[in-house]
Amino acid sequence: MTATAPDLFAKFDEIIQIRENLLASGVEDPFSLVMEKVLSPTRAICNGRDTILLGTYNYMGMTFDPDVIAAGKEALDQFGSGTTGSRVLNGTYQGHREVEDALREFYAMDHAMVFSTGYQANLGIISTIAGKGDYIVLDIDSHASIWDGCAMGKAEVVPFKHNDIEAMEKRLRRIPEGAGILVVLEGVYSMLGDVAPLKEMVAVAKKYGAMVLVDEAHSMGFIGEHGRGVAEDQGVLDQVDFVIGTFSKSVGTVGGFCVSNHPKFEIMRLVCRPYVFTASLPPSVVATAATSVRKLMQAGEKRAHLWENSRRLHAGLTEMGFTLGTSEPQSAIVAVIMPDLQKGASMWEALLHEGLYVNLARPPATPANMTLLRCSLCAEHSSEEVETILGMFERAGKAVGII
Amino acid sequence: MDRAEVDSRIRTIIEPFNKKSMKITDATSFAGDLEFDSLTVMDFVAAIEDEFDIIISMNQQAEIETYGQLVDAVTGMQGK
Repeated sequence: MTATAPDLFAKFDEIIQIRENLLASGVEDPFSLVMEKVLSPTRAICNGRDTILLGTYNYMGMTFDPDVIAAGKEALDQFGSGTTGSRVLNGTYQGHREVEDALREFYAMDHAMVFSTGYQANLGIISTIAGKGDYIVLDIDSHASIWDGCAMGKAEVVPFKHNDIEAMEKRLRRIPEGAGILVVLEGVYSMLGDVAPLKEMVAVAKKYGAMVLVDEAHSMGFIGEHGRGVAEDQGVLDQVDFVIGTFSKSVGTVGGFCVSNHPKFEIMRLVCRPYVFTASLPPSVVATAATSVRKLMQAGEKRAHLWENSRRLHAGLTEMGFTLGTSEPQSAIVAVIMPDLQKGASMWEALLHEGLYVNLARPPATPANMTLLRCSLCAEHSSEEVETILGMFERAGKAVGII
Repeated sequence: MDRAEVDSRIRTIIEPFNKKSMKITDATSFAGDLEFDSLTVMDFVAAIEDEFDIIISMNQQAEIETYGQLVDAVTGMQGK
């Protein structure tokens, strides 16, 4: 007799159905867009159309910076295409040291550890430092990499309502005495583009003796006087124990990192599995990252222009009658709330036909099951381009019947 | 606090979350019968935590599928 067991893919039937229904309505697939050519940080040929990019997190437009590209080419020539090894074995090259030096300088912190992706930085640090019997207190709207870090570790996981200082404090107060505590927060929450009240939250966390980790993925490079993020902007960076960041947004390449002043931090290189058991970043990537991080230290004017762009887009969309994720611009993300997935997908498609790319974000990645058109601005968007973008939103919004 | 009192307090808390006004027994499941989604779970757990001044971590929540299991778990946390 042959035993029958269920198809392991049966659990995906619901999401397969949702996707099929969406595509059956004739809409262009929002999740299989191809960029055939990339012309600049703000322009590409997408599905055959010349398109303005407004959903790439390329906040500082470093991807085509001539110095960054030159550094990458030189490293490719001198060090080859890849390291074929772990950071702790044969995968630490001169460039990995140099990018960690650049990060230490950028944040004015003692230690910097570079991971192969931002996802792995959160996964590795969180799962390693919070162990059995410890508590992780985190915002319910935390990024998937934070949740996965919690799931991979053995600590007790205690979420609180988004940006709710009182809810956070209540949970900290109830933690049994003597337990280790890690509070995990983000500077900018990427779905709605809202900022955390870090000043208050870090103070509360410290009152209960917790260590604090802040993910500044969406704020590095342009929030805070030196671009160190929301914790710097709110004056509490010196009380943050671990800052997590990424090279895949403002820095313009790929990779993740953690910076810290913890005196024992270097031991992480030996005990953090997502750091040890993976190949290190290619030499060209760390060379572009190091050059970009150093240039971001001197990017005051670009930061100012990016803020100008964010304010203009936010004000323009508000005037037209769109519902936005925040009532005032708080970051370089402007989230436009759609009535439902169907309308959201139609609006996304209408914008694409206008020649504008934004991110379509849908449940379960979104808070409160919202469908969002997430716009991320770039310091390289000209003021004229922002006006063009507003015109596209107005035409598409009217055509789809959202405004 | 004994199990009966915990049960009666949780019954009061669950009312606004019981959208279909189902009759709730120890065997009633949160995901299957009451159709709680993740947002509802968060609000409901927070309400219980505040009422009893306890923490029900995600790890503990994973072990709780039915109303009866919840009452048992909360009863067990009393007086600790």
